[in-house]
Amino acid sequence: MKTRDLAHIALFAAIIAVLGTLPAVNIGPVPITAQTLGVMLAGSVLGARRGFLAVLLFLVLVAIGLPLLASGTGGLTVFAGPTAGYLFSWPVAAAVTGWLTERLWARYNVAWGVLCNVVGGMVVIYLIGVPVLAAVANLSLGEAIVSGALPFLPGDAVKAFIAAAIAAQVRRSYPVIERPQRAVAAR
Amino acid sequence: MTLALYVPRRSAVHRVPAGGKLLALAALAVLLFVVPTLPVVGAALLAVLAVGLGAARLPAAALARQARTVRWWLAGLFVFHALFSDLPTAAVTVLRLLTLVLAAAVVTATTRVTEMVAVIERLCAPLRVVGVRPARIGLVISMALRFIPVLAERADRIREAQAARGGSARGIRGLRTTVTPLLVQLLQMAHTVSEALDARGADDVPPARGRRSPAPAA
Repeated sequence: MKTRDLAHIALFAAIIAVLGTLPAVNIGPVPITAQTLGVMLAGSVLGARRGFLAVLLFLVLVAIGLPLLASGTGGLTVFAGPTAGYLFSWPVAAAVTGWLTERLWARYNVAWGVLCNVVGGMVVIYLIGVPVLAAVANLSLGEAIVSGALPFLPGDAVKAFIAAAIAAQVRRSYPVIERPQRAVAAR
Repeated sequence: MTLALYVPRRSAVHRVPAGGKLLALAALAVLLFVVPTLPVVGAALLAVLAVGLGAARLPAAALARQARTVRWWLAGLFVFHALFSDLPTAAVTVLRLLTLVLAAAVVTATTRVTEMVAVIERLCAPLRVVGVRPARIGLVISMALRFIPVLAERADRIREAQAARGGSARGIRGLRTTVTPLLVQLLQMAHTVSEALDARGADDVPPARGRRSPAPAA
């Protein structure tokens, strides 16, 4: 991995951290934050591998005691709490978003971007976050879905669109993901 | 921008190596989930408070601040279990989470970020086999720590500039005129930083086993 890749990984970890300074909306146990926007962006700008590592790095920074989450919290505390599953799902979300983005790179636009972000940044996060919420808090799966997934749908849809719009513009002016070699060879 | 939840003190708890504290925390979590009975959880809670407030001499406010972030959650959880299960279950569930939250807060408040980074580098040492260099992990962490205040400052500057022009660029136009150019600038800045690092030999770390050695200096 080149130093440039490390710098881009560090940059997106920092972006997710700074997005946490935007006000979060607290409804129920899991807050609505701008940080998942950063997760989607990491995947759709850096691709699967670097996006995954950027979000993982962000979580490492949180774990070693920096109060970087939107609620101003950090430390190992948050990985024991009810929202731990959401945090652990973030790197996977970035990886899936990035993987899809790489597959669609040749014809990437806002519409395809929204698709990548919805599958990677919403479906994956709910699939991992909701069961963990249910387990940690002794809730049934249905109750966990009501309090841990439904309230986020509108906000997450907006974030998926914003991230796709930004990623499509960045792709045109400063593409970081290279076109997969195989796709070129197939032409 | 204050970073770090570390509370400097001279205490035995602060002096315990970071790795030891992390192991103890993991062991506590396992214990509380394997034996979820009221006496065990209660004793663990008292022990955590004794270590944090007594031995480590942390201010109660440092622990309370971390506990406050989960207070409504715990309250809601207690009511839920009191209504649908029974009181002992409610008490154990809530106290168990509170104990873990406080224990993690004690570890975080008594361990420097640099020590944690060192633990991470050491934990990553076995990854050498697959070609990961632990020193690069230290490097990427340091870069992110440096970028955070830089980004916060740039974001503030844009907010101020927009306020000075009597409005803010919102919506899709805002994305096109502000956010995307900023992001591209930042990507370029990161690239420049990496070139500067390489020019100063950041890429010259001895390669992992089985990789080609760098070209000898001319």
